[in-house]
Amino acid sequence: MRTTFTIATLLSLLASTSVLAEETPMLSTSGKFDQPSGEALFNQVCQGCHMAEGQGSHGAGAYPALATNQKLGAKVYPVYMVSSGQGGMPGFKKYMDDQQIASVVNYVRTHFGNQYADSVTVEDVRAVTQR
Amino acid sequence: MQEKSMVVSRRTVLNWIGVTAGAAAMYQAMTALSFAAESNHDRNFALSGAPKGTRVLILGAGLAGMTAAYELRKAGYQVKVLEFNARPGGRCWTLRGGDRFTELGGATQHCEFDKGLYLNPGPWRIPYHHHAVLDYCHKFGVALEPFVQVNYNAMVHSTKAFGGKPQRYREVQADFQGHVAELLSKAVNQHGLDQALTQEDRERLLEVMRKWGALDAGNSYKKSLETSLRRGFAIDDGGGLMPEAVPSEPMDCKALLDSNLWQSIASGQEYEYQSSIFQPVGGMDMIAQAFQKQVNDLIHYNAKVTRIQQNDTGVTVTYQNSDGSGGLQQEQAHWCVCTLPLSILGQLPIDVSAPMMSAIRAVPYESSVKIGLQFKRRFWEQDEHIYGGISYTDTPISKISYPSTDYGKQGKGVLLGAYIWGPNAYEFTAMSPKMRVQKAVEYGAQIHPQYPSEFENGIAVGWHRVPWTNGCYGLWTPETRQQHYKNLCQIDGRIVLAGEHASYIPAWMEGAILSSQDAIKRLHTHIIASAKAA
Repeated sequence: MRTTFTIATLLSLLASTSVLAEETPMLSTSGKFDQPSGEALFNQVCQGCHMAEGQGSHGAGAYPALATNQKLGAKVYPVYMVSSGQGGMPGFKKYMDDQQIASVVNYVRTHFGNQYADSVTVEDVRAVTQR
Repeated sequence: MQEKSMVVSRRTVLNWIGVTAGAAAMYQAMTALSFAAESNHDRNFALSGAPKGTRVLILGAGLAGMTAAYELRKAGYQVKVLEFNARPGGRCWTLRGGDRFTELGGATQHCEFDKGLYLNPGPWRIPYHHHAVLDYCHKFGVALEPFVQVNYNAMVHSTKAFGGKPQRYREVQADFQGHVAELLSKAVNQHGLDQALTQEDRERLLEVMRKWGALDAGNSYKKSLETSLRRGFAIDDGGGLMPEAVPSEPMDCKALLDSNLWQSIASGQEYEYQSSIFQPVGGMDMIAQAFQKQVNDLIHYNAKVTRIQQNDTGVTVTYQNSDGSGGLQQEQAHWCVCTLPLSILGQLPIDVSAPMMSAIRAVPYESSVKIGLQFKRRFWEQDEHIYGGISYTDTPISKISYPSTDYGKQGKGVLLGAYIWGPNAYEFTAMSPKMRVQKAVEYGAQIHPQYPSEFENGIAVGWHRVPWTNGCYGLWTPETRQQHYKNLCQIDGRIVLAGEHASYIPAWMEGAILSSQDAIKRLHTHIIASAKAA
């Protein structure tokens, strides 16, 4: 009863897609990420550390903001980061195929104040993942 | 027809045996990934004879840091510890009613568990061969109780098998063993193993299979008193004029093999989960609290390290209050034992050699999620006779673990409602805490239909959102070990690192403590040698 009320309240108050996604998360069942779209991958994977608006976060250390991030300008950089990871960040090559990596990188490079016109292709990703 | 389907090639049988031997195969793989290595603990570990007035600064008051603080002070060093949190223990951590947890991103959860109920978000069990942890527990008087790893009456569940109806571990275990024994016997009788075994061996093997698998005289695994003594009865024996026992019907061999449920029954055979295995009475942080009693006066809490510098004469560590208030402060010492997780340390300016810096930056941190759920009553005991142990499911929650304590207690109970790794761990971490709990209740209801009506509240910890670790543990690979591990563990000028990340027992408390003992032993030897040379 309480849950129903909460969902109804949220739906009526907030129409943002991220909140809708939050209310109906589809979880992967294949042992890899099943989400096909960049938006879904961002919301269900990247958001865990980089947060809902790509704003990053701070504690004893930090997760860098993806919002208005100039490093995303060189498209090979986010492709490398997502596929291979760096420092404490795990690489996602084992859980995402090249198309998914391209999709999520393209999503981040065109949202959260990032407006990079040059899309990342599957071939671009393959050049990094070498598979 | 049934007989025909049982005609199987020797290779197929051996393949199945290979599957049952999963624990051994898994152990080998785990050893290659440096998981299952045995603790190498010196029971009489003690250092002594520190050069007078030598100061050591320890970063982090988890088990590695507090081990170093305890042992180095005993050796005669002047010790100080900087800790980010307001409490000691790090990942040796317990959440109880009244506790508050704010994760990265700002979401705050208030734990509403009843008195005496808890969740261990991090480590939750101690294998009998984790000698260093056990020795400190014994030394500091931490009360231990058995942790039930394998419960034959718990559930194994697949959404794709038996109509999604959970099966009893006991039945899956007995039936799988029985069917495999029968198949192997058939292979012997159909001359499938004539090349591998002598006649005498074959007869002995048939006899062993009859005993091991509860087969009848004809080498069949079927409904009988013997098989029910393994898998349980349809109706149990009673007293007086109660009904007589009725044997139960084994599962069909093919249906069982197809179900994949047998994949869950090997985990209790792994070295780290074999009986006996323990937990502290009252929560894992009883260990942290026991260490705290020894070294609390040395710890400066709420200190966020921002820079680590060293030169020929000493170490300077810059820090500020963890909440960002106040200005930068500095602490100086002759030497430094740094136990900060690499996920944090790798972001700090630190004066170490290039090889150590590369090593620090080479280890990603794993994702994991644990969710504790409080229910109005211990229905798993009252309705289903499950006392402790673990149920396995192929839904994203992966496991349900029932409390290994307070059996039969009236009132509320808390169980571990999800213990998640892999892609689903990332997905749960990306949810709000409230949604994590809601999903755990939804999935858990597939195993226990009592969930929706008995559920009261829950708390969910996604380790990538934990502000002082940015992840669960340091995820080494054989390749990164080869390239970086030794560099990570060297004494670099006046700094040495310690923690589970600097061990071959990653993610376990034993790794943290052994790493610390090894680091301070080498550091102590180095300090004595340096003092003599000077």
